[in-house]
Amino acid sequence: MATTNAAGAGIVLSRLSKSYGNVRAVRSVDLAIAPGETVAILGPNGAGKTTTIEMVLGLTRPDSGTVTLFGKSPAQAVAAGAVGGMLQTGALLEYLSVRELVTMVASVYPRPLPVEHAMRLAGVTEFAERRTNKLSGGQTQRVRFAIALVSNPDLFMLDEPTAAVDVEGRREFWASIRAVAAEGKTVIFATHYLEEADAYADRIVLMARGRIVADGPATEIKAKVSGRIIRATIPLADPAGPADTAALAALPGVTNAERHGEAVILTCADSDLTLRALLSRFPAARDIEVAGAGIEEAFMALTADDNDDELEKVR
Amino acid sequence: MTYRVYLRYEVLRNFRNWRFLFLTLAFPLVLYLLIGSVNRHVQFEHVAFPVYFMTAMATLGTMAAVISGCAIIATERATGWTRQMRITPLPAWTYFRAKVAVGYLRALLTLVLLALAGTAFGVRLPAQGWLTVLGLFLVGLIPFAVLGILLGHLIGADAAALATGGIVTLFALLGGVYGFQVATSGPVLAIIKALPSYWLVQAGKTALGGHDWPAEGWIVIAAWTVVLVPLAVRVYRRDTSRV
Repeated sequence: MATTNAAGAGIVLSRLSKSYGNVRAVRSVDLAIAPGETVAILGPNGAGKTTTIEMVLGLTRPDSGTVTLFGKSPAQAVAAGAVGGMLQTGALLEYLSVRELVTMVASVYPRPLPVEHAMRLAGVTEFAERRTNKLSGGQTQRVRFAIALVSNPDLFMLDEPTAAVDVEGRREFWASIRAVAAEGKTVIFATHYLEEADAYADRIVLMARGRIVADGPATEIKAKVSGRIIRATIPLADPAGPADTAALAALPGVTNAERHGEAVILTCADSDLTLRALLSRFPAARDIEVAGAGIEEAFMALTADDNDDELEKVR
Repeated sequence: MTYRVYLRYEVLRNFRNWRFLFLTLAFPLVLYLLIGSVNRHVQFEHVAFPVYFMTAMATLGTMAAVISGCAIIATERATGWTRQMRITPLPAWTYFRAKVAVGYLRALLTLVLLALAGTAFGVRLPAQGWLTVLGLFLVGLIPFAVLGILLGHLIGADAAALATGGIVTLFALLGGVYGFQVATSGPVLAIIKALPSYWLVQAGKTALGGHDWPAEGWIVIAAWTVVLVPLAVRVYRRDTSRV
């Protein structure tokens, strides 16, 4: 996964790690993103998305590993005005109107967009004269987006950008993001909605428990996480042969296999195919359940090989 | 880039926070008007009380005016705005310049109001005297302005107001703002003379016919500035985590 051929050109994270006390928020993450890519970092809460983004932005210092943005350190890239974004938390500065605030931020960037243009793209023109403390949650989020747009950076870092935004607002937001991506800007956004990642990213980086557990084109990752889960009980001494995880994982359509005593959990891209093969291969299988995998379950399944991680402590 | 637009909005939004501005300006002025009017014709330490008390309130008021910026910084940090600005190319130096400018504008307004009130109580100084006091105050306030930024990035919004009051009172007490010296000789006096507030009081005394600062005064102010600026810069640079 650690392709460094794009080094110097895009965004390169190399063996990036960060712990908070006993919690290993990010563990040895390697990632290379080419300029112009739109990448979704998808993962449940606590996956390490925000910590990763903050290390890329230079807001959090990694315990180990490096980040380079267009061949520069995060601090240099930020100082050059190459970075803009929306952090996950943060209110707006008070005692200014929306227009004044957007103008103020634009003034510190070397190549800002015209303020009116950025405000129109973000859909804040209607309430441009309103004070920033008189806005609804959705309006505040739009203003934060206007701030990111007006910065006109090479890299947009958006941490859960559509939180608190209604459906209509989301559509407009993503239309604007597509427009900036079409101009060749690099866009990285964190989300825990698979649909959002699938619809708007070229590539999905799946994170769980501080690690990248999958990385690939959106369609591929979608297939991986949107599959079904088969649960079954298969006796350990099956006359048909040992139903160990290797044999289970080799069944057609299985993306991941897990065994806890007699209980078997199979994550499947094509559960129909798997079920047929399972019954013919292991006729003793019983208590079979097929369920649609929620994204959380899919993450758990994909990271099942590190079940022992919870026991790991930071020394 | 000159960052004029950024500085303008930084000043504008601080002055729109009129409750904060009003309290900063009202506190020394109201004290002066109340106590000054009662003691209009009293002589204190061989000078007219209104003159003496004008300089005392100027010292207290301007110290508070620049240090209290820490409460605004602490609030910006608590809301997360500081971090949003940290991913912009805004240089640390411009950020500092804006914060100091706002504090100084509050201090200047304090001085103007006190000078007007003093004039109303019959205080008369030659133009030269006003200018000397003003000039020395502007220099003597530098360490307090930097201290305000330093504290703003160190403590939480709820503690900031308390810290401002405590620090101003302590510096004022030790510096001799309240009309008496805690010590007149020995090591305690040496410590007092190493405080910037002592030299602000001395600056005020030039209005009472005293002299310009000796070299010692300039050295003390310079030393505090030289120590506090790198500390404030370091604390600001580190202060990027979620609050």
